[in-house]
Amino acid sequence: MTIGYPFDPDAVMQNKRTLRRQLLAGGPFLDKKVALLSGSTIGEIKNILELFLLDAGIRPQFHEGDYGRYYEEIVFDDGTLASFAPDVLYLNTSLHSLGALPEAGEDEPEAGRRLEAAKERHTAVFESAQRLGCPVIVNNYDLPRIRVMGNYEGVAGKVRYVRRLNEWIAGFVGEHPGFYLNDLEYISSFYGIDRWSDPSSYNSWKYAVSPSAIPYLAHSIACIVKSIFGRNKKALMLDLDNTLWHGIIGDDGVEGIRLGIESPEGIAHAELQSYAKELSRIGVILGVCSKNEEDAAKSGFSHPSSVLKLEDFASFRANWEPKHLNLLESARQLNIGADSLVFVDDNPAEREIVRQADAGIAVPELAFPERYAETVSGAGYFEVTSLSEDDRKRAEMYRQNAMRDAQQNSFVDYGDYLRSLEMKGYFGDFTEGQLERVTQLANKSNQFNLTTRRYQVSEMAQRAADPNVITLYGRLEDRFGDNGLVSEVIGVVNGDNLDIELWLMSCRVLKRGMENAMFDRLIARCLARGIRTVTGYYYKTAKNAMVANFYGTLGFEKISGEDADSVWLYRIPEGRTDQNIYIEVHDEQTGNPG
Amino acid sequence: MSRQEILDNVAEVIRGIFDDESLEITDETTAADVEDWDSLEQINILVACERRFKVKFSVGDVEGLRNVGELVDLVASRL
Repeated sequence: MTIGYPFDPDAVMQNKRTLRRQLLAGGPFLDKKVALLSGSTIGEIKNILELFLLDAGIRPQFHEGDYGRYYEEIVFDDGTLASFAPDVLYLNTSLHSLGALPEAGEDEPEAGRRLEAAKERHTAVFESAQRLGCPVIVNNYDLPRIRVMGNYEGVAGKVRYVRRLNEWIAGFVGEHPGFYLNDLEYISSFYGIDRWSDPSSYNSWKYAVSPSAIPYLAHSIACIVKSIFGRNKKALMLDLDNTLWHGIIGDDGVEGIRLGIESPEGIAHAELQSYAKELSRIGVILGVCSKNEEDAAKSGFSHPSSVLKLEDFASFRANWEPKHLNLLESARQLNIGADSLVFVDDNPAEREIVRQADAGIAVPELAFPERYAETVSGAGYFEVTSLSEDDRKRAEMYRQNAMRDAQQNSFVDYGDYLRSLEMKGYFGDFTEGQLERVTQLANKSNQFNLTTRRYQVSEMAQRAADPNVITLYGRLEDRFGDNGLVSEVIGVVNGDNLDIELWLMSCRVLKRGMENAMFDRLIARCLARGIRTVTGYYYKTAKNAMVANFYGTLGFEKISGEDADSVWLYRIPEGRTDQNIYIEVHDEQTGNPG
Repeated sequence: MSRQEILDNVAEVIRGIFDDESLEITDETTAADVEDWDSLEQINILVACERRFKVKFSVGDVEGLRNVGELVDLVASRL
């Protein structure tokens, strides 16, 4: 019994206690406070949401609002919500909580006034929610089941009204960082609105959603929450034969496989390829994991209808080793956790082997090729809650890394290699335009992260504005391209000492000397303020062992702590010289004079 | 399906929902006998029975159910 996608909603509902017990035995978990406010009955939504969050590695502590009182509780918060201090807030509204809909025959000015009133009411709720300073997940509205005027409802009736309001909500969310849309209109339509809202469930128990549909609602909310807190998957690993094309490339050859519009099978596999290609455009890493001779495997991508090309893959493993070993090797090579992988394979036996390896790799159960993309997208592995320029470029960056690796092999001296990269570093204080990106990076960096402290955008804004705080970002370019914003440091000034609250770096620029360049820029800022000492903290997690001795390598002295948590002190020496050798330094803003 | 078979099936559904294999379920069992059996769980039990026996209950059917035996009778009347 699992809740892996695609799940059986009734089985999830009926086995929730068993599932909860099993999931809680796992871990480690990220603890998060989740406030749920009610437009209609929450009860079971909370219980099932807990299961999906646990499955994503998040252990929620809930605050549940009183039945139907979301408006009062958020707009006239008596301090209850603020003192709970949620990490994320969800407003469980639906068509039932929307209030009176336009009546058939209502004229346009009246409908317009009604819509404006609804927008005002929503603005009041959203702006009050914003004051809590945490991410806010809002629903749009499911379409009405009954159409008095039939299709004309979509022109000038209830259906049109709901759509206009939904359009306005989407606009609000798009313009307000920290707001996230749970697309109830889509989810209910996909499920079937006749079954989504079951009148007897609402009339008897005030469930706006029928019990069988609750897991889909909870799953959707959980996808958003896990994405906000950096628990998305990062890479899509694909089998080849009968997954990316129809046929066996080793037997049939490029001419023999079916791909593209010539055949029904070919269309299905080309659609999966298009889906993967689009994922790579939003920063999902693509990899191949196939039992094949490498040359034959690669030849498949020369098929004229192949949407994917060899250069789309950051990892390509075609051999006869067991697939789970190849996947672990790909994860190591890409510098990401195995639990960041999703594996798609048409062969049930291969899927089972990878599942049994128990490395946290997601392996969706698949039925028909024409549904593969739908299943993988429905699972929400790669749920997008914000899309930065770096996301768009990420796939490109990983490809560049593969090229750098190739170049590294041609140098004997590592220093020569680093020099050949012609690296340029850009450093500065966090700017307002970067807040979303620095927050996103802080919340998803696990390995090169000394304190694994997580932030909300509002907290980041506060750090950036505080004259007693030094913020520093680092961006790295080299001859193969722009790696984007890859490192962040936040330090709090205490007299003539700086306490380092956050130091992290993206693993894709490991061993490039970027950490030394960051350290130099930090020290320059310290000296400008008369700071004499820097205190660093290492907090051990399951994933950050690689930086346990990081401060030691920079020249800090350990003043307390052993293997686990430790505290380090750096006394800035007179006439200190820069540690960075290989990166050309560009200061984009000078340190905040404070 | 005999009445006893229906009762056995209903008992299995209830034990599954409460994750407790040791629950003894008889015709006389009521919500008050099982810890955590509240109105939410009542809904889950009814929905689970609808699925298990491939029947559909109306609001009127389930309003007055007093114990497991009456649920078994309701299912039996629909099969």
